[in-house]
Amino acid sequence: MNVIVCVKQIPDPATPGALDAGTKTLKRDGKLILDESDSYGVEMALQLVDAAGGGEVSLVSMAPNGEVSGMRTALAMGAAKGVLVSDPALQGSDALTTAKVLAAAVNKLGGADLIIAATESSDGYTGTVPEQLAEVLGLPSVTFAKKVVVDGGSLKVDRQTEEGYDEVTCPLPALISVTAGVVEPRYPSFKGIMAAKSKPIDTVTAGDLGISPAGWAGAGQEIVDVAQAEARAAGEIVEDDGEGFNKIVAFLENLKVI
Amino acid sequence: MTNVWVFAQEAAGAPTTGTLELLTKARSLGTVTAFVGGDASGIAAALGEYGASKVYATGDLGGKLPGVAVSAAMKAVIDGGDSPDVILFPQNYEGRDVMSRLSVKLDRTVLTNNVDISVGDGVSVTTPIFGGNTLVTTKFSGSAPHLAAFRPKSFAAESAGGAAPEVVAAPVPELGATGGATVTAVHVEASSGPKLDEAAIVVSGGRGLGEADKYAMVEELAKLLKGAPGASRAIVDAGWVPYSYQVGQTGKVVKPGVYIAAGISGATQHMVGMKGSKNIIAINKDKEAPIFGIADLGIVGDVHKVLPKLIEALQARG
Repeated sequence: MNVIVCVKQIPDPATPGALDAGTKTLKRDGKLILDESDSYGVEMALQLVDAAGGGEVSLVSMAPNGEVSGMRTALAMGAAKGVLVSDPALQGSDALTTAKVLAAAVNKLGGADLIIAATESSDGYTGTVPEQLAEVLGLPSVTFAKKVVVDGGSLKVDRQTEEGYDEVTCPLPALISVTAGVVEPRYPSFKGIMAAKSKPIDTVTAGDLGISPAGWAGAGQEIVDVAQAEARAAGEIVEDDGEGFNKIVAFLENLKVI
Repeated sequence: MTNVWVFAQEAAGAPTTGTLELLTKARSLGTVTAFVGGDASGIAAALGEYGASKVYATGDLGGKLPGVAVSAAMKAVIDGGDSPDVILFPQNYEGRDVMSRLSVKLDRTVLTNNVDISVGDGVSVTTPIFGGNTLVTTKFSGSAPHLAAFRPKSFAAESAGGAAPEVVAAPVPELGATGGATVTAVHVEASSGPKLDEAAIVVSGGRGLGEADKYAMVEELAKLLKGAPGASRAIVDAGWVPYSYQVGQTGKVVKPGVYIAAGISGATQHMVGMKGSKNIIAINKDKEAPIFGIADLGIVGDVHKVLPKLIEALQARG
C-alpha cells in the first residue's frame, strides 16, 4: 500500500507571527519546521503501510523558499521520499492554488492508494486544502478522521462530528484528513535522522508541474486593510497567598452569578 | 440587489443557531436563499422567519457526506442559471467541506475564519489573526460567486418575522468516484448540563491540571456554578476529555458571561474561542502566561490549591 502525506513546513509557532509590510501576508522567510499537525498524518501513514506489509510513504510539500528541514523530519520518522514544489511565484497562493499544486505533485509521484493531510495547518488554518485536493484529484474523501483502519480495498473511518462521531466506509483510492491525537507520532531515531539526509527530495517549480497562474496573480483575493482590534482593559492580577479563591468568590458575587 | 445564499444546517428538527446568525446577516446584504443538505420540510418556515425568501433542498443524502453531495447540488443549481453573488458558510466541519469542494467546481477562492462581511464596492470580509489582536480585511477579486466562511457568534440572530419561503428541490447529481464514502453509523456522545456554547458560565481546564483525574475539579466547579465544563486542545489531544469539550479555534467558540480558565496558558488556538466572554477569570501558576493578558481577574497560583478551596467555599454557600 502506497501512501502520500501532505506536509506543511511552517515558521516555529513558538516565535511570534508577523506580517510582511509589503504583501500583508504572514512572513514565512526564516527556518521552517514540520507542522506538528502533520506529524500525526506521517505516523498514521507509516502504521498503515506497516500493517499492509508493503509499500511506502511519500511526502508532498510546497514552500516559497526551497526549505526542506521540515520534510527531513518526516523522512527521519520513516517516509521514503518527497516532492517539494518551491517557487517564489507561489508566495501568497490561496488555498485553491495550493490544492492544485499539491494535486500536481501527487500526480508526479504517480498517485497513491491513500492521501493523508492534517485537518488544518497551524499557521494559516484555512482548513479547506484537504477537501479541495480530493476534488481536484477526483477522489472520495473522509475529513476529520480520528480512527482509520484499512480493510482490503476500503477504509473504515471514525469521523469526528460536532456531537460525537460517524462510522464511515470509503473505497480506495481516497483522501483523508486526520485530527491531532489520532495516533502518537514517533520521535525520529538517530539512525532515522542520518538516513533522512540521503533520502531523495525532488524539488520542482510550479511551471514544471504546469501550474499557472500561482501566487498573487492567481489568488482571487486582495488584502485591503490591516487594523488592530480593540484591546481588552487590563484586569486585576494577584499572586495566590492561600486566599486567592476569596477573590474569585467576591468577583462572582459582584456579578450576581452566585 | 445582491443575491446571497446561506448554507443552512439542521439539528434536532430546527435550524442551527449558526444558520440563524448567517441568515440575519445575509438579509442586511440582499435577497436571501437558504441551501439545505437534506429534507427542508421541518425547518423551511423557520428559515423564512429569519429572512430566507427561497429554500433549496437536496432531499435525504442517503449516507453521503455533505461535502461532496451538497457542493454538487449547489453546482447544478448554479449551472442551471441561479447564480448567487456570495455564499455564506458556517465555519464548521460540514461548512468547510462543502465550500472546499464547491471552490474547485467553480474555480473560486475561499476566505475562511471571518467575523464580518460588507457588500458595496465588491465583497469584503474581515478575519482576526494572531489570537484576534489584528483584523485583516480582504476583498474578493475575480467574478462571483464568492465563497466565505464565518466563525460562530459573529452575528446576533434576530427573527425578521418573515413569511414561509418557496421550497425548491435541488437533487444531488450523480457523484461518480468522488461519492464513494458512506456513513454507516452515527454516534452521539452524551453530555449533561447546559450546552458548552450556550452556557452562561464556562469552566475550562488545561494542561496545568497535570493529569486526567484532576479534570473532575473542573466538572465539579462547573456544576456548582450551573455552567458547562470546557477544555483546551492540549488535554483533548491527550485524550482526557472528548473533543466536544474543546474550546478554541478548532473547537467551540463560547461567549459566556463568565469564563474561568484553570491551568490554561492561553495559546492563540484557545484564546480565539473564548476571548469574547464578558468576564474572564484565569488561574495559572505562570504569571507570564498569555491568558492573564485578557483576564479581568487573574490568580497567579497552583490550580490544585485554588480550585479545591473555591469548590469548598461555593459548597458551603449551598
